[in-house]
Amino acid sequence: MLKRVHFRSSWLPYALVAPQILITLVFFMWPAGQSIYQSFLIEDAFGFSTEFVWFENYTYLLTDSLYFDTVFRTLFFSFSVAFLSLSIALLLAGFVDRIIRGAMFYRTMLIWPYAVAPVIAGALWVFMFDPTLGILTAMLDSFGWHWNHRLNGGEAMALVIIAATWKQISYNFLFLVAAMQAIPKSLIEAAALDGAGPLRRFRTIIFPLIIYAFFETFGIIHVVTGGGPAKATEILVYKAYSDGFIGLDLGGSAAQSTILMIGVVLLTVIQFRYVERQVDYSS
Amino acid sequence: MIEHRPLGRLMSHLIIIVGLLVIAFPVWITIVAATHDSVRVTQVPFPLLPGDQFFINLKAMFSSREEAIGGIPVGMMMLNSLVMALMIATGKICISLLSAFAIVYFKFRFRMFFFWMIFVTLMLPVEVRILPTFEVVADLGMLNTYWGLTIPLIASATATFMFRQTFLSIPDELLEAARIDGAGPMRFFFDILLPISRTSIAALFVILFIFGWNQYLWPLLITTEKSMYTIVMGIKSLLETADGEPAWHIIMMTALMAMLPPVIVVLCMQNLFVKGLTETEK
Repeated sequence: MLKRVHFRSSWLPYALVAPQILITLVFFMWPAGQSIYQSFLIEDAFGFSTEFVWFENYTYLLTDSLYFDTVFRTLFFSFSVAFLSLSIALLLAGFVDRIIRGAMFYRTMLIWPYAVAPVIAGALWVFMFDPTLGILTAMLDSFGWHWNHRLNGGEAMALVIIAATWKQISYNFLFLVAAMQAIPKSLIEAAALDGAGPLRRFRTIIFPLIIYAFFETFGIIHVVTGGGPAKATEILVYKAYSDGFIGLDLGGSAAQSTILMIGVVLLTVIQFRYVERQVDYSS
Repeated sequence: MIEHRPLGRLMSHLIIIVGLLVIAFPVWITIVAATHDSVRVTQVPFPLLPGDQFFINLKAMFSSREEAIGGIPVGMMMLNSLVMALMIATGKICISLLSAFAIVYFKFRFRMFFFWMIFVTLMLPVEVRILPTFEVVADLGMLNTYWGLTIPLIASATATFMFRQTFLSIPDELLEAARIDGAGPMRFFFDILLPISRTSIAALFVILFIFGWNQYLWPLLITTEKSMYTIVMGIKSLLETADGEPAWHIIMMTALMAMLPPVIVVLCMQNLFVKGLTETEK
């Protein structure tokens, strides 16, 4: 953690951490505190009056079946993206690991979608599935399936999952290839004897993956469906955004943000405990 | 485990190639759409081969008077994206290098407190503190500025941890030698630590450039003037501005422009990219 030999200075270390700490205080701690504080207030839409209401925003949320629909939708979305992208990446990484010639070329061709912004990925897929002129819609049409994600909630959800999965495959692929290469051949044999495959290691990436699906797909949903039709693709982050910025329900949005924060803290704790166990296991 | 049977090897190649084609398909369609005119793009069946309108569409996209793109100058948006990505990447690297240096090489009061405070930012992505962070930026008068676009995003726990790891792996003898030579802390930082860490810095820069370029929610919130739009968020307004059917050939050309810089960075600096990604995000 700290070097055995170190410098002595009364002011320099504070000056060195100052920029990072200042930004953390102003743009992280203060807003997070504000968010918690606001979650105890109800403000009318014009900002004229504010009332301190204790946990009313929370009780409202937690007794609202629509909110739980959003929670389940988020879980469904996150697990679908995690499962699909992991399976496809595992398949590809497994085969790339088996070949020598061209492995580098294949890796190159598989990792670039990582660089595509989620919202751009969304735009590409929404174009291909456009109900009137999309190329994939036309293909489905020839099978008698009249795709229209603007009207059909299930199809809208499928579309955002497809776009998010497409974007996520390359990231998983890279980690799986790295994990496979990091495992010495002797260990693979030993593990095979023990009956525990390299799959054990892959679990380390599952939690970050779910966190990813939680947050970074805002762009995809915003551009592909806007949360619709009839909230069929509204996930937690999107709801916090639209209730706050569009619905101007500041207290409700803040309560949602606070709940999300607690969720992230929990996930981070779980992940770190798990990673720590991993370190013990491998060292 | 290397496959020795030729048939199995052939199967592996085949499956990977199918995977590659499926993954590349959306981008192929984007290229096709960007090289046809507006009439052909909306005709069914959709063309499968690129057309000859590439340069015409490119010109149309860059001319800000083109009605189809709502008068948003694409060149301007790309410049904004570039400035934002560079500022975020550079800013994150600078402040993380400094704080990692302080935490590893100095003993001072509240050292662990500061360390934990940086750690906590991991748990507070922009998405969970949207409204209050927006208010802070508005109060500071930073809406529609490059500072507002970048500063709130440049605190970085992952970068700090990565540099901390790099510094911890540097032998103590270097510091002892530097002190015998009479080098002060900052001299040590610039003459020894920075050169040693340059691969880590470059790897992180690649990752952070992509992170910065691809920002969406944040620019969406704090830019209200078209002159501050970034290309990634510009796509959304392109989809919205057109009356009736969007001008897909221009939108897809813009999407191509929006994904080109980060994809080129990944392809050209692949090894640095892989190193950065696997080291920061585990």
